[in-house]
Amino acid sequence: MAGSRPLPTLDEPDSGEFWRATTTKELKFQRCDSCATTIWYPRPHCTGCLDGTLAWHSSNGFGTLYSYSVVRQSYHPFFRNLVPYAVAYVDVDEGFRILTNVVGIEDPSTELKIGQRLQLVWEEHEGLNIPLFEPAG
Amino acid sequence: MSSQKRDAAIVGIYEYPDRDVDGELSPLQIKTVCARNALADAGLSWSDVDGIYDASEGLAMSGLFLAEYWGLAPTVIDTTGVGGSSYEFHVAHALSAIREGRCKVALLTYGSTAHSNRMAIGVGGRGMGGINAADNMESFVGQTLVSNYAMVAHRHMHQYGTTSEQLAEISTATRYHAMRNPDAVRAMEDLEFIDIRETTIDDVVNSRMIADPLHLLECCMISDGGGAVVIASSDVVRNTKKSPVWVIGAGEATKYPTNTGDLTVSAGAQSGPVAFGEAGVTAAEIDVAMIYDSFSITVLTILEDLGFCAKGEGGVWVTGGKLRFDQAGGPALNTDGGGLSSNHPGMRGIFLLIEAARQLRGESMAQVVNAQLAVAHGNGGMLGSRHTAGTIILGAD
Ligand SMILES: [Zn+2]
Repeated sequence: MAGSRPLPTLDEPDSGEFWRATTTKELKFQRCDSCATTIWYPRPHCTGCLDGTLAWHSSNGFGTLYSYSVVRQSYHPFFRNLVPYAVAYVDVDEGFRILTNVVGIEDPSTELKIGQRLQLVWEEHEGLNIPLFEPAG
Repeated sequence: MSSQKRDAAIVGIYEYPDRDVDGELSPLQIKTVCARNALADAGLSWSDVDGIYDASEGLAMSGLFLAEYWGLAPTVIDTTGVGGSSYEFHVAHALSAIREGRCKVALLTYGSTAHSNRMAIGVGGRGMGGINAADNMESFVGQTLVSNYAMVAHRHMHQYGTTSEQLAEISTATRYHAMRNPDAVRAMEDLEFIDIRETTIDDVVNSRMIADPLHLLECCMISDGGGAVVIASSDVVRNTKKSPVWVIGAGEATKYPTNTGDLTVSAGAQSGPVAFGEAGVTAAEIDVAMIYDSFSITVLTILEDLGFCAKGEGGVWVTGGKLRFDQAGGPALNTDGGGLSSNHPGMRGIFLLIEAARQLRGESMAQVVNAQLAVAHGNGGMLGSRHTAGTIILGAD
C-alpha cells in the first residue's frame, strides 16, 4: 500500500492537544463548565456561551453510526489503494459527532447499518494514533 | 406581485459556450469574453460598470486586479467568496448596493479551466487549504467530495425511506433538458460522455457506484467554462436592450457540522424563507427552479428546504417526471441541463442566474410557457459538512 494516510499536525493551535493525547490512546473532547455545551472539534472558546471555561474529558469510546458512505473512487495516492472503504459520522456517547472511518468489516457496502453500535479502535502511528471505529463486539 | 420592490434587474447575461478550451484560454480571459458579451446583451459598455463582484477564485486581490485589467473605476467592490453559491450572494449584495445608490451597474463574472487543469471537483479528493482545526481533525479520513454528499443521501434514505430510484429523477429530468440544449450536448461530447441521450431511472441506478449510495449519473461533470451577469438599477433598466428580469428576493445562510445537527437539512432552510418572504411568493408559485445540482441529493434536499414539499417527502414528490419543463405539478428543474449534464467548472452559481433569466425572457431551449417566477439557489462548499446557501427569487417584467 503506497504511502500513509494524511496525518494531522501536533502543533495546530486548536487541535494540537487532542492529537498529543492520542499517544496514550485517549479520545479527548471539551465541555463547557458554565453551560455544559460539548465542543467538537477542539477550539479554545465555548460556542454555547460567551465566557465559559472549557475542560477536557475522555470518551469511553462507544458510539452510534449516524451516516456513512463507501468510497469506491479516489485519486489520493494512499486512499486510492484502500477502496472500497467507509467514511462515517459517529455519534459518540459523550455527545459529539466525529468524522472517521469504520474498519474491521469485510464489505462496508452491505455490513454497515445506520444506527448500529460502534467502538473505538486506534490505528497506530509514530508519535500519534488515529481514532477509527469498528462494530461493537 | 404589486407589492414587490423592483429596484434592480438582471439586464445582461452570457454563458461561455465551450466546456473544453484545451488550455488555450485563461480563466481571466474567459471572464473577460463573458463580461463583454453580457454588457453587449444589455446594450451597455465598460464605462457603465460601477460595481465589480467577484468570487476571488484563484486571483489574489481580485477586486483590485479586475478594475485595472478592465480599466474601470468601480464605486463598489465585493469579493465575497463562499464557493459555488458566491454569485447568488453577489446578487443579494448588488441589490442592496443599488437600492442604496452606491452603484448602478453591477458586473458579476466567472471563468474556470477546471477541465483543462484536470481539477478533480466532482469525483476527487478534498482540496488542500491552509491547516485549520477542522482540516486537522478530518483530513485523515479520506473523505472525497462525492462521499461527503453521499452521507447526506444515506441519512435521507434512513430517515425518510428515500430510494436511489427517486434520486435518479433529478438526473433524468436534468438530462431531458440537456438534450434540448445544443451547448450542453456539445459539452457532453467534448467531455467524452458515453452514450449521450435522454436517460431512464434504470440508466442512473445501474451506472457505476462512485460513493455509496451515489452513482456516476448522479454526479456533476467537470468542465471548463464561465459566465457573466449584469445587474442594473431601475433607471438604467429603461435604456437596456432586453426585457429586464427583476431581483425580488434574496437570502443568505451558512451551515456546518454540529453534534446534533440534521444532515438532511441544508443552509437553504435558512436562506429560502428570507428570500421567499422578501419576494412575497411561495414555492408553489415558482415556474422554474434553478438549483445547484452538484449531485442528485443536493437538489432533493434543497427542494424540501425551499418549501416545494415537506422535509422528507422529496423522494415521493419528485417521482413521475414532474420536474421536466413540459410537465405539470412542479417547477421546471435546471432547464439548461444543469451541472449534471451541461456545465460545472467548479462554481456553478452564475449559470443558475443566467438560465433563470433566459426563462423569464422566454429564451430558454427548454422554455416553460409564460414563465413568470424563478428561483436560483446556489449551494457552496460541501452539503455534508460546511456549506453556504444563496437564494435569489427572480420575476419577469
Ligand atoms: Zn458555554
